[in-house]
Amino acid sequence: MLVALTVAVAVTALALAAWCGFAAYRDQPTKDWHFIGMAVVSLLALAQLVVGIVQLSRGERPEQGMTIFIAYLIGAFLAVPAAGFLSLTERTRWGSVTVAAGAVVLAVLEVRLYDIWGN
Amino acid sequence: MTDTDRTPAAATGEKQPFDLGTGPGRVLVWFYGVFTVAAASRSIVQMILDFGKAPLAYVLSAVAALVYGFITYSLVRGGEKARRSALVCCAAELLGVLVVGTWTMAEPSAFADATVWSDFGMGYLFIPVILPVTGMMWLRRARTA
Repeated sequence: MLVALTVAVAVTALALAAWCGFAAYRDQPTKDWHFIGMAVVSLLALAQLVVGIVQLSRGERPEQGMTIFIAYLIGAFLAVPAAGFLSLTERTRWGSVTVAAGAVVLAVLEVRLYDIWGN
Repeated sequence: MTDTDRTPAAATGEKQPFDLGTGPGRVLVWFYGVFTVAAASRSIVQMILDFGKAPLAYVLSAVAALVYGFITYSLVRGGEKARRSALVCCAAELLGVLVVGTWTMAEPSAFADATVWSDFGMGYLFIPVILPVTGMMWLRRARTA
């Protein structure tokens, strides 16, 4: 597992959480710029999913089991897009809170992914 | 008589489902959705891989997933009936977290493997304990809104 990529996803996710949290604090819904931010974070998570699968196909194995690893990879990829769709139908500050919460969930998933892969 | 003339109690009848899943409720829908997926996938994977290792823990995870799923559905559906059943489920959820949390603290050997509710949900940033409380607060407020 590429540690650099895991860290990058976690850090950008936390930045997105702070950004959307700030929008919620200012009583604003998510805007186009926020969606571009979500797209960037989701692309990184997608890259991680691809890298993870490539590494599995090369015969490398995560420490805590392959099924859990793949489940977390998919969950990490879906977290921010799912929150983004919810915020599309909730055009208030609470849509921004949802995206911030989704990004925090992603950051937590990254920590777990790091543990699951091991070393 | 128009809709606006009705008293709030009448408006909460079957024909006028109010939204539980908008505003702050949307954030709850998100968290309950995440926990439905987390608890369900966890129990399904563990049951398939090795059910004999900790049957009690895995069945408990599955029950938790059902409760989370039902609350998510109720929040999305809205209306007085959904609000009431979600309130009951949130209370059951809180009770489950507290009982299982105390149980795992007092006698760790009772569960061979962890569940979402072990140690008051410590492995999940204590969200399993915070969620039913916020859920009940929101559901109680939604009645007057």
